[in-house]
Amino acid sequence: MTAVAQQATLGRRIRRWEGLPYGLILPTVAYLGLFFGWPMVQAFKLAFREDGNWTIEPFRSMVNDANFGEALKFTLLLVGVIVPIQFVLALAMALLVNAKLPGRGLFLAIFILPLAVSDLAAGLVWQSILTERGYLNTVLEKLGLIDQPHIWLDPTKPNQLLFAVVIAELWRSTAFVMVIFLAGLQGIPKEYSEAAEVFGAGLVQRVWKVILPMLKPSLQVALLFRIIFAFEAFAVVIAITGRAKTTLATEAWRWQADYFDSHVAAAYSALILVLSLVSAGLVVWLLRTPKEQMLR
Amino acid sequence: MTATRISWRPWLSRALSYATAIVLALFVLAPIYVITLAAFSSQTRVYDYPKDLLPRHLSTDTISFFIHFGGMLDALQRSVYVAAITLVLALVVGTPAGYALARFAFRGADTVRLTVVATRAFPIVILSIPLAVIFIRWGIDDTVFGVSIAHTALALPFVVLTTASVFAGVSPELEEAAMTLGCSRLTAFLRVALPLALPGLAASAIFVFIISWNEVFASSLLTLRHRTLPAEVLSLLDGAPLNFRFAGGFFLMAPSLIVILIIRRYLFSMWGRVVK
Repeated sequence: MTAVAQQATLGRRIRRWEGLPYGLILPTVAYLGLFFGWPMVQAFKLAFREDGNWTIEPFRSMVNDANFGEALKFTLLLVGVIVPIQFVLALAMALLVNAKLPGRGLFLAIFILPLAVSDLAAGLVWQSILTERGYLNTVLEKLGLIDQPHIWLDPTKPNQLLFAVVIAELWRSTAFVMVIFLAGLQGIPKEYSEAAEVFGAGLVQRVWKVILPMLKPSLQVALLFRIIFAFEAFAVVIAITGRAKTTLATEAWRWQADYFDSHVAAAYSALILVLSLVSAGLVVWLLRTPKEQMLR
Repeated sequence: MTATRISWRPWLSRALSYATAIVLALFVLAPIYVITLAAFSSQTRVYDYPKDLLPRHLSTDTISFFIHFGGMLDALQRSVYVAAITLVLALVVGTPAGYALARFAFRGADTVRLTVVATRAFPIVILSIPLAVIFIRWGIDDTVFGVSIAHTALALPFVVLTTASVFAGVSPELEEAAMTLGCSRLTAFLRVALPLALPGLAASAIFVFIISWNEVFASSLLTLRHRTLPAEVLSLLDGAPLNFRFAGGFFLMAPSLIVILIIRRYLFSMWGRVVK
């Protein structure tokens, strides 16, 4: 058989399989439709329908609940504090690993360790450090900085509890951002940064004017995922603060698991969804690349 | 004068880089070290203060107390079952879609990809509450199978995107060559593409296992008496003693560290293209 004839048979064979990709994606589409799309519709029905009538009663119960303001405020605070700090940390980690330092492999291996740790585990880990008879007090006392254990997780001091949850979340979820940044950095040719250096740009200028603009797609993806996941802060808050602090997700969970009211729980989750979508839209809009700046 | 400044600067910047890297590394490592130390202290030393900072009195009592506490062993077993069923379901359903996205330029491919990314970003919080209601109606509430179904919905987008990225790394020319040599599309896939993709697929599978192992929100809403390990730990947390918390923290954390150590070589081929 000649090469041309071979090509022709191959072409025929491939054409015969035109429906194949659709067959291959069918199981995924069906599964997501049944166990993702449909429950999503049900969630909105739970939030807006009671006993066969349209209603906003669940939302009224949610807003009038004593914990609502606290939960909303604490959730927004967590998102607003965790995400910016962790982006700076992740950028530092990614730049260090991307630089040609000897031993960078070891640092990378260490930085990504918490990548798969759950928020419940992270909460318990940081509790062992911050609890009254814990490791932070031990170290401070051995250094002679305190002479009796300090209470770091004082339920009456909201700022300390916020700090505790923030540091546990920074520890756990910064690795995720770093991996995305590092993947992005590896796609930026070294020459750009080197050229800027030749022209006398310092480290801060290089990061701000050269690296960050080129890292914009990675920034966007990391921001989208991290903001959406931060709005769902749940087990880490329960593990560290007990019932002293509450978020939108812990409220949704309590209304469902403790008060057996799926309608109010669904209202909370609808609120989380709306907040996630609004901030996702904001991220996409704020980090949009004007057409004239596009490289490709 | 200028000459000395030039020879000093690289040295200084390198020293600063290492200092920053070491501080960041300690921030990651110190909590892992102390929770391990706490989990392997003896039952009485768990409450000691100030705590021992060196591993001098190691004991497995605290871990064994945790594992034999209440229904913890059963919960552990259920967690492993749920994660295993999730892994199989998610890979069987999701891998073909990943392959299709990597190999074929078909109409609607971008829509499929975008939808999958969007579902990956949807909060599990929203999914769990209606599923809890639906599962009661179907009679699969409080079962291993029910939790696995929810976890598969959660892990499926991840599987599709990572397997697509893995198959994109296997050159299509190899399959085409096999087909010109007499393989059918199926045998070309089974004997050429699949073996080459296997390590990446395994990495993806291991990560699915840990997604399920970690998940606590859906698990604790979908179960009542038959909880998975994290759900059981969460439900016992109110007023739990320190030894329970320390051992629990270590026990939930340890598998995820091991998993990352195993699959870290494949991490970037898995996630790199997810980003784009």
